[in-house]
Parts: sequence; C-alpha cells; structure tokens
Amino acid sequence: MSRLPTPDQTVGPFFRDGLVYSGDRDLVAPGTPGAIVLDGRVFDGSGEPVPDALIEIWQPDATGAIVSESGSRARRLGGFSGFGRCETDAEGWYTFTTFEPGPLADGAAAFFAVKVFARGLLAVLDTRIYVPGPALDSDPLLSALDPARRATLVAERTASGLRHDLRLQGPGETVFLAFR
Amino acid sequence: MPPTTSLQAEISQQISAIAENPPARDPHWPEHRPHLDYAPYRSSLLRHPTKSLQLADPETIELTSPAFGRRDVGEAESDLTTMSTGEPLGERMVLEGRVLDGDGRPVRGQLVEIWQANAAGRYRHKRDRHPAPLDPHFTGAGRTLTDDEGRYRFTTIKPGAYPWRNHENAWRPAHIHFSLFGEAFTQRLVTQMYFPGDPLLALDPVYRSIPDGGARAGLIAGYDHDLTSPEWALGYRFDIVLTGSRRTWIEPEEGEE
Ligand SMILES: [Fe+3]
Repeated sequence: MSRLPTPDQTVGPFFRDGLVYSGDRDLVAPGTPGAIVLDGRVFDGSGEPVPDALIEIWQPDATGAIVSESGSRARRLGGFSGFGRCETDAEGWYTFTTFEPGPLADGAAAFFAVKVFARGLLAVLDTRIYVPGPALDSDPLLSALDPARRATLVAERTASGLRHDLRLQGPGETVFLAFR
Repeated sequence: MPPTTSLQAEISQQISAIAENPPARDPHWPEHRPHLDYAPYRSSLLRHPTKSLQLADPETIELTSPAFGRRDVGEAESDLTTMSTGEPLGERMVLEGRVLDGDGRPVRGQLVEIWQANAAGRYRHKRDRHPAPLDPHFTGAGRTLTDDEGRYRFTTIKPGAYPWRNHENAWRPAHIHFSLFGEAFTQRLVTQMYFPGDPLLALDPVYRSIPDGGARAGLIAGYDHDLTSPEWALGYRFDIVLTGSRRTWIEPEEGEE
C-alpha cells in the first residue's frame, strides 16, 4: 500500500508550549567533565537575527557511538542524550551543552546532524555542523563543495567548545541538504 | 494600516497565480513538500534558502532516530482536558490516528507532540496578541508515544481560528500543530492538522504553500463518527505518513511478528 507522504507545515511562532522543555538544550549536565558548549546564532536574509527558530541536534557520543536507549526527552542526571533541542533567544542565539561527537567510523569526520525550524520556514531544513580537524578533507559531503560553501558547515573552536552560525539566506548561506 | 499591507484579495490572487504557473523547484526537493519561497506567506521571504540543496548520502546517525520511552512521556500528557483543576471550555474532541512510513508500516514507540490554540483561538504564548480570552484550564500542549500499530490518541478541545497579521484580515484556519519522529532522523516531520470543511483553508498561505492538492488534502483530519464517544466528545482521525531515507527494513524472523 502506498500513500502520499504527509507534507510539512511551518513550526510557527508559538511552538514553545509544545516543544520546549526543561533541560532540552543540555545533552549532558553543565559542568560534566568533558562537556563543551556548542553555540551560534541564526540569521535571516537581511542579516537580522532570527529570534523564533528551533534548532535540534542528534549526535553520537564522544566515542562515535549512537545512543539507542530511550530517555531522549527525560534527562537523566549524569547521562548523555544524543538529542537536544534549543529555541533561539532574542538575539538569535542557540546554546547546547554536550560532548564533542566522535567519528562514526575510524578516520571519518565528526559532525552533529542538525534540523532547523522557524516561523517563516515552511518546512524543516537539514544541515550538519562538522567538528574541525584533519578528517574533514576526506569527508564525501565536504569534498563535493567549493571552499566557501564548505566553510558554512564547519564549526569554529572557542574557549568553551564550538561555535557555528546558521544563515538561512544571503551571503554565507548555510549549505542545506537533501538526502538520497 | 501601513501601505504595504496586502488585502486578502491580493494574497488570494498571488496564491492562484502561483498555482497556475508554478515556479521552478529545487530538483532534490520532494513534490509533496511546500514551496519554501512562497511570497503569499510574507515571513518566508527572508527565511528561505536561495542556493540549491546539496545532495548527500545519509550517515548512520541520520539513519537512526532519538529513542523515547515510558520515562519520557507521562500517561496523563495525552489528555489536554485534564491538566488543570478545572475543565477547559470548548468542544471536546478525541483525535486518533496512525504514524506510518512510506511503505505503510507502523512507526512504533515514537514521540508525538502537539500544541494548539484554545477554543477561542488564543495561545498561551506571551507573544500571542490576539484579544481573545485565555482559558486558565487549558495549556494547549500534549504528547504521547505511538503503540505497536503506530497508533496515537489525544483528548483535547477543538481549537479556534485566529488572526495572524500576514496581511489585512488574515485568519489561520483552525489547526493543531504536530511534531513527529520516525525511525530515522531524516524522517522527522513538523506539520499542522486541519479540520474538514473549513472555509479559511482556501485563503490560507501556509496551507496553500503545498502545491500538490492530494498532499494538501492529507493534512485534513476526517470526522469519524465511530470515534465519537456518546455524551462525551467528537471523534477525528488523522493518519501521518513519513518519508525520507531510512535503513533498509530487515524482515522479522519467522514467528517474530
Ligand atoms: Fe498555530
């Protein structure tokens, strides 16, 4: 039996009550040894911050293992959830506390899988945030992009972890993905 | 009114013009999905990507999904009418459906989150400026897990239509927002469910942003008298079909299914 897939509709401006929950942006408790901050801002086509976006990340742990036990919403103290969700603030910032993801295979480039939702976005957008390092050169997705476009997928190291801005449109527009 | 505010007639004309003469779409953007650059929905103008999508092979992380279980969702969270000390006002309804993948297989044990306006068309969100009453007994948010047949069930109140300032006299048709996870992160879906026979659907730029009429119709719940409970609540049915890349299905072992 085949049916038409259900189409997307925008997350709208009022998703907070339905989607935002306590601890949603902390994949590990802040202060956990080895925890980093992944943060950045979301911008629209006029360079203005987007204060009503919702960013989700899904990632392996520091060894590259994918979390398969339930509890992605209930945060267990001391545990690690591979899933996080963060509403942007008035200046367009999102902030996660997490572990730096490990590579999914030996020698592979490590990345966060990312979903972008916002008022004004009629459907979810897929992208990735790569951890900087030598493995990037052999990544199949990054290798297919010219250097300027590639840079929109790679985070910058900061004192506290990683920083990565998302640009929905315009100069420096983030590379968004369609999966085979 | 500032001079830039469009009238519904102008918006409706734009909607018709795009329907008659659809713009070129990204070759990798599936047919059933909405236009991302859709002028009648003004907020899309500065927020849609302008570069073509990059085709990528999903990696294992993208082919798996966050897992949710009993401790993620409380039993009571699927009933939006009993979350307070009193009962919310409005038309009580039971909403049931199944979450399926593109081959019609149930999506089991996955998280379904909903949020909605109250019966008067007002959200609890502090940025909602619609001068309609808040209902102290209605938060408008619920969540549940699908069962082994992919089924979910909520008890709630039928939401009201609300004005939204996209253009002059712009009203959203009554809707319930849905968030869904599949078996792969690529199947993640956020959408809105509508009600049959709503005259606002034809005028709504969000609904009309989906070019395919069949896909659009898939967002309208069916009234189901068999789901209606006597002396209690009206029944609506809304099935959801997820798509997107996922791991090749492994046939269950003999006797396992
Ligand atoms: Fe809404």
